[in-house]
Amino acid sequence: MSEPREEILGAIRRAFKRGALAAEAAGELSRRLAAHPRNPVPQRAAALEEEDRLRLFVAMAEEADARVSQLDSLDAVPAAVAEYLARENLPAEIVMAPDPMLEALPWKREPLLAIRRGRAEAGDAVSLTPAFAAIAETGTLMLISGAETPTSLNFLPDTHIVVVAARQVVASYEEGFDLLRAAAAEKGWPRTVNFVTGPSRTADIEQTIELGAHGPRRLHIILVGEREPAGKK
Amino acid sequence: MLLNSRDFPANAREGLGNPTLQKALSMARTGFPEKRARAIERLPEFESLREKARAIKEATLANLDFYLETYENKVLAAGGKVHWARSASEAREAVLAICRSVGAKTVTKGKSMVAEEVGLNPFLEENGITPIETDLGEYIIQLRREPPSHIIAPAIHLVKEEVAQSFREAHRELPPQRPLSEARQLCDEARAVLRPRFLAADAGITGANFLVAETGSSLIVTNEGNGDLTQLLPRVHIVMASIEKLVPTLEDAATLLRLLARSATGQEFSAYTTLSTGPRREGDEDGPEAYHVVLLDNGRSALLGGEFEDILRCIRCAACLNHCPVYTAVGGHAYGTVYPGPMGAVLSPALFGLEECAHLPNASTFCGRCEAVCPMQIPLPKMMRGWREREFTQKKAPAVARAALRLWAFFALRPGLYHPFARIVARALFAAGARRGRFRSLLFHSGWTAVRDLPAPEGRTFHHLWAKRRKGA
Amino acid sequence: MAETGVRVGLFVTCLVDLFRPSVGFAAVKLLEEAGCSVEAPFAQTCCGQPSYNSGDRQSATRIAEKVIETFADYDYVVVPSGSCAGMIRRHYPGLFAEDAEMRARAEALAAKTYELTSFLVGVRGFTRVKARWRKRVTYHDGCSGLRELGVRDEPRTLLASVEGLALSELSGAETCCGFGGSFAVKYPDISDKMVADKVADIAASGAEAVLCGDLGCLLNIAGKLCRLGRAVEARHVAEVLAGMAEELPPIGAPG
Ligand code: SF4
Repeated sequence: MSEPREEILGAIRRAFKRGALAAEAAGELSRRLAAHPRNPVPQRAAALEEEDRLRLFVAMAEEADARVSQLDSLDAVPAAVAEYLARENLPAEIVMAPDPMLEALPWKREPLLAIRRGRAEAGDAVSLTPAFAAIAETGTLMLISGAETPTSLNFLPDTHIVVVAARQVVASYEEGFDLLRAAAAEKGWPRTVNFVTGPSRTADIEQTIELGAHGPRRLHIILVGEREPAGKK
Repeated sequence: MLLNSRDFPANAREGLGNPTLQKALSMARTGFPEKRARAIERLPEFESLREKARAIKEATLANLDFYLETYENKVLAAGGKVHWARSASEAREAVLAICRSVGAKTVTKGKSMVAEEVGLNPFLEENGITPIETDLGEYIIQLRREPPSHIIAPAIHLVKEEVAQSFREAHRELPPQRPLSEARQLCDEARAVLRPRFLAADAGITGANFLVAETGSSLIVTNEGNGDLTQLLPRVHIVMASIEKLVPTLEDAATLLRLLARSATGQEFSAYTTLSTGPRREGDEDGPEAYHVVLLDNGRSALLGGEFEDILRCIRCAACLNHCPVYTAVGGHAYGTVYPGPMGAVLSPALFGLEECAHLPNASTFCGRCEAVCPMQIPLPKMMRGWREREFTQKKAPAVARAALRLWAFFALRPGLYHPFARIVARALFAAGARRGRFRSLLFHSGWTAVRDLPAPEGRTFHHLWAKRRKGA
Repeated sequence: MAETGVRVGLFVTCLVDLFRPSVGFAAVKLLEEAGCSVEAPFAQTCCGQPSYNSGDRQSATRIAEKVIETFADYDYVVVPSGSCAGMIRRHYPGLFAEDAEMRARAEALAAKTYELTSFLVGVRGFTRVKARWRKRVTYHDGCSGLRELGVRDEPRTLLASVEGLALSELSGAETCCGFGGSFAVKYPDISDKMVADKVADIAASGAEAVLCGDLGCLLNIAGKLCRLGRAVEARHVAEVLAGMAEELPPIGAPG
């Protein structure tokens, strides 16, 4: 127990003319932490059915300068990735998160696509990662760090491609937190949780928005399942 | 860091007379408020979220000792370390000790106002460690050896030509004829120059927008991704945060986050919101091997339970700066402290002393726009008035001003003296000024007539005329 | 004087008393048209704002006590200034945090105190004046009236009933004019920048006159208009509503 620590805590207690919280009061606060009740969540996304929630996610992500393409099935992802690279005049080379869902995709159908697995290194142009969840409210991706999902993939390459399943799209940050807590109960809490809304940007020079400040210049989201015109499930 | 707050009037004059600064500020003056207004219009719940956010932060501050201890336990459990610092110097020493322990030569830095507050960069340099600012705005002002002029847009006082000039001077290895007239070119150059430095840094220092007690996490909000590279690539991640950044749960953080970006830049959500908990996990291929949090008090605990406690709710969104007619007129450097604008006018005297910063709470018309836009409902004018009251009761206000005020109050409390005297003044001013209807100058030197005329009175006081009318009636 | 049950105490304000008594008489006229009987007690001087905002809380409290005493018996207190009305409504009760009895009296006064236009429209339901003025005008919302009292629509509602008058809104309407009491004298350079911007916005509106509900702002704006030699008139909104604008010279013009 260091001296500054005791002094700072003591100063706080003196300011409120009390000692450390009594067990009962502390217990109540601890119970609130454990229960982490939700505060009011905006209606914007919370009130939506799945189809509209997906639509909102796409609209908000695109408003934040991400690009979204929608596919019917995961099997179509490799071709979509190859097509995207060709369209953007990018080399047919990606560094991919060593994630079981991505590994299971039919990459053999794209023999010209060079894939390295693992974390990103300096000079990598394009990364491909899964998402942990996606949040419709603001078109935000939720990405967690782990052995299968190195965080450097989210930041070092110029182009970041993220595969999101439609069922991963939730309404609010709060729903994302609940999924995170559930996953952490099994695998432990991740070192890093990234909430990513569009590509990197800055407005530090004359308030002009420029994309690609230090992180990715382009964020491409491949949303799988539930094509837009499709009916409700 | 305290710079030269005592010189506020002279600094302000200089800012007002600087045409490039005025050009830069005029872009900010309309841009930020318009973007904020649009964002808030799109979120009907904004007002109710403000109420909730205030309640969350009030409840957190009231039990801050509990939340700090809980937070510390969670950080430790996740394999991180917490360093408590009572003062700026303890915080600097803590950072230095961590850097030395890993033999750090260069450290990258995400934007941190706490690091600015404690004057971290000059201290690291004195001790042989090179700090590299990575936020574009911070990088620019570091090259120029200037302090930030805004809490979220540190280089807002500059125009792009000035940035280009600084880049030409600093990046001598690049071809001198390269084009640098566009913001795009400047951003690309900074990106290219900084990338190898991110990769080579031994330690990364970030601030924290929030510290979450529930999970022992620090949370940063950025748009550039520089904070993420800063904390991801080096072996050590050091977080510098002040004690009032605590929030209880992730849900509480979400409520504050919904207010932060909208109030700050008018964005729905910033590009990167990142939650960091401890060092990299076993099996992780990247991430820092060590995670340290330096928790700074520096006078904040002394504000708890008192009339300035409310400022500890501040989430540093800068809405109060962006909407302040004084800030947008003179720019941030005039304030002479790292925290300018309304929030700084309240916080700076608490951190650096009222005597040093006495101008700041006085340099306000109390127009109230800061309080109206503050997402945390902080009564900024009320607290500026609170500092003026301290100044007055501690007899720090100028003697002439004090005497004049007392004299005014003396008359105001005695209508029998006040009204005849007012009649004489009205008469005299009228006699002197009626022909033109206004005064271009008064007998004594006056701040009023230095810049505008003083309209002449009509000649009789209302109460004089009213009494006559009553008699006549 | 109208014989009615509603007794209004007019809080004239020290600036109106000294600089522009016509505004006080305009207020009286409007209040009488709205069916009130008006008195302006001699025992009033100033609301105490200069002391209060300069940190002299003790004097401000003494002055507030006096105002509370003076106006205790009226049904309403009406003020031709958002700033002074805001002082009474929003700040008096807080001066008596430790004195329950005085605090209750301060709250009672606060509850019945109104800025002139909001009283006319909101309390009396008086929305049509008998006045004409053929001018294109613009309106500056004084900060205290706007943000402490929420006065915004009321002066516009009343102005809409003035025959011949057209209103062009000011860009940057929510921005302070740079008056701020002693601020204008203590920080003249900053105040100048603010009022110069305000005057530029006024000029850009194309209006022939700028109206406002606060004489403090008006002295500042008129003073800058005069200094720059601009032909725009500055007037208190009550003068126009009371039909006095035709004869009364604008603020800062020769009498
Ligand atoms: S005082 Fe309020 S408006 Fe100003 S920076 Fe802090 S939270 Fe934002």
